[in-house]
Amino acid sequence: MAPFFKYGFFTEQTGLIIALIIGAGFGFWLERAGFGYSRKLALQFYFRDMTVLNVMFTSIVVAMLGLLFFSLFGWLDITKIYINPTYLWAQLIGGLILGVGFAVGGYCPGTSVVGAVTGHVDAYFFLGGAMFGMFVFGEMFPSLEGLYNWGYMGDVRLSDVFNLSSGVVAFAVVVLAILFFIGGQWLENKFGKEEV
Amino acid sequence: MKEKPYWSPYVSGVGLGITLLLAFVFMGRGLGASGAIMRFTTAIVDLFAHDHVMANPYFAKYAENPFSNWLVYEILGVMIGGFLSGMLAGRNKWRTGRGPNISKHKRWVLAFVGGAIMGFGARLSRGCTSGLALTGGATLAVGGWVFMFAVFAAAYATAYFVRKQWI
Repeated sequence: MAPFFKYGFFTEQTGLIIALIIGAGFGFWLERAGFGYSRKLALQFYFRDMTVLNVMFTSIVVAMLGLLFFSLFGWLDITKIYINPTYLWAQLIGGLILGVGFAVGGYCPGTSVVGAVTGHVDAYFFLGGAMFGMFVFGEMFPSLEGLYNWGYMGDVRLSDVFNLSSGVVAFAVVVLAILFFIGGQWLENKFGKEEV
Repeated sequence: MKEKPYWSPYVSGVGLGITLLLAFVFMGRGLGASGAIMRFTTAIVDLFAHDHVMANPYFAKYAENPFSNWLVYEILGVMIGGFLSGMLAGRNKWRTGRGPNISKHKRWVLAFVGGAIMGFGARLSRGCTSGLALTGGATLAVGGWVFMFAVFAAAYATAYFVRKQWI
């Protein structure tokens, strides 16, 4: 039964090898989509290339439906899957800050690694900046601790908050994704799609 | 070798989604990136100021065995996978990603500044686009979805002010 690691199918050492392989898949697909190139990522914010939105929502839908069906078939114990704990205000404010950094820097942490290994010089500057920003956060941590823990809600899912079944929420996410795909295409046509 | 075009976002999205699903099936956890960068950062600070790291509860958390960690190995994998994909498509060459109206030196400065803002934000929200938006999005975590919409809202609001960099 999955998740295999939690059921003791392999050791933590083997898990690190699996991390390497899964990471290679992650890097491969990010590069295939064009996410090693900062300008392609940034054009998302001018409605000229909606690849970021399309890739993100496609992968969220695939992984979400996979989890849902594997759990329905009894192949996977969903209670053993890690859920990011929610710190509502910390994550809202952190997300806003990160979004500013995305438009200015042109990368996010994962894509900047792909940018760096494919020869994008700006990705190295971005990574240097990211390390500096994290260092500053660490230095300021004692005075930020209150903000960092603001809005703690535990490991809550959308289904808990809206009091719906996971199936209904998943269906809503699929509908939302399709609306984003159609809307994204319409926006690309309106603002002038750039082939990069 | 001539550069090959990128693959369709839907094909890449399905590939990425299956990769994420495999992480859940094998490990019970999703993907990530900023946690690994935090570990590298801590290791560097630790090299120069060990006592200082140990005295700070946030750094100390990352300082013990910083590299024997799932995310660090995953990011090493990202380097390998990204490099191979770029090589197969003839895309691995030195260049700076930027719009037609900005010099590469100005772009480097903005890349550093944007990276610093993002590094700070990623630590405050306990994750980035991979670890929180993508992974939390797929597990329907409330924080992941709040974070994702906050990221896009702020990026769209900022885009106008940095438009000379990109368009």
